[in-house]
Amino acid sequence: MSNTAKTLAVAGAVAAAVAAYGTAPAEAQAKEKCYGVSLAGENDCAAGPGTTCAGTSTVNYQGNAWTLVPAGTCTTMEIPAAADGTARHGSLTELSRDLPSA
Amino acid sequence: MTGQAEFLSALLDAECSAPDGVLGPSGRPAGKRFDVYRNNVVISLTEALETGFPVVRKLVGDAFFGAMAGVFLRAHPPSSPVLSRYGEALPGFLKSFPPAASLPYLPDVARLELALRHAYHAADPAPFDAEALSNLPPDELMSATLSLAPAVQVVASPWPIHGIWRANTDADAPPPGAGAQAALVTRPGFDPVATALDPAAAVFVEALLAGSGLGVAAETANEADPAFDLSQILGLLLAQRAITAVKERPTL
Repeated sequence: MSNTAKTLAVAGAVAAAVAAYGTAPAEAQAKEKCYGVSLAGENDCAAGPGTTCAGTSTVNYQGNAWTLVPAGTCTTMEIPAAADGTARHGSLTELSRDLPSA
Repeated sequence: MTGQAEFLSALLDAECSAPDGVLGPSGRPAGKRFDVYRNNVVISLTEALETGFPVVRKLVGDAFFGAMAGVFLRAHPPSSPVLSRYGEALPGFLKSFPPAASLPYLPDVARLELALRHAYHAADPAPFDAEALSNLPPDELMSATLSLAPAVQVVASPWPIHGIWRANTDADAPPPGAGAQAALVTRPGFDPVATALDPAAAVFVEALLAGSGLGVAAETANEADPAFDLSQILGLLLAQRAITAVKERPTL
């Protein structure tokens, strides 16, 4: 593609994006208001950890019991091959065989 | 009296006895009191990690996460008094943590959760008039740079990272698809938002973040994937209030 053609392609894409954005301002604004209200309860979570006090806990929490196999929702997920074509299957039951016995 | 370094190492090592000079009201060494204190440090940091990485925790399960946190917090105790930033070393730690080797995408999930937390605390975007983009003549548009909001980050992964994250945060989400994926993190309003990006769009936004001009960024993305859709990604950036300014650069 010539430089002129590239320039025109970029200019066209920008114009299209701005035009599409301009036609949907009402919806975008409504969405923003909705954010502030409906997700307010999740703010604490999104803010990350704060100070916590576990003052009543007993001693020796630091158990060395070790769960080698991660167990969670990944068992219901299908993790297909990566982009480079490497076949990697995501089921934990399958993968747990490869776990190091550390 | 004990120095701070000895106190700290005793705090993080349950095998260590209470440091010299830590005494109870009777004047005797306060071993049990120190154990309670030490335990609270570990629990607080573990809970901070649980709050900061809910999807990682969901993926590996509570027991695994708790045991992993115990190893992590001893290797990487907080370096800042701001607990809300704790855990920045977790992705790197997970990469070389043998028990997590079966979940190679786990470090990238942790990176995404860190990026969302960073976006939450990032400064608000300056208002931007999209007309400023379309008012530029095509030549100036090619060399212009776009300033992006402080919350904007790209988390690229060889795994369907956004799909994995979403499947574990949204009960109605479909199972993750195939292949490499990136997540665009923005904060258009009060709360951070993660949007899926195909790899070429991620290349484009990363180029913008690195300060490339619009023309160069678009060409780099085109080289990554000829099907790159510039209009679509610009529309997404506008809708997410990710663009804060367009700066003209004099062509040399």
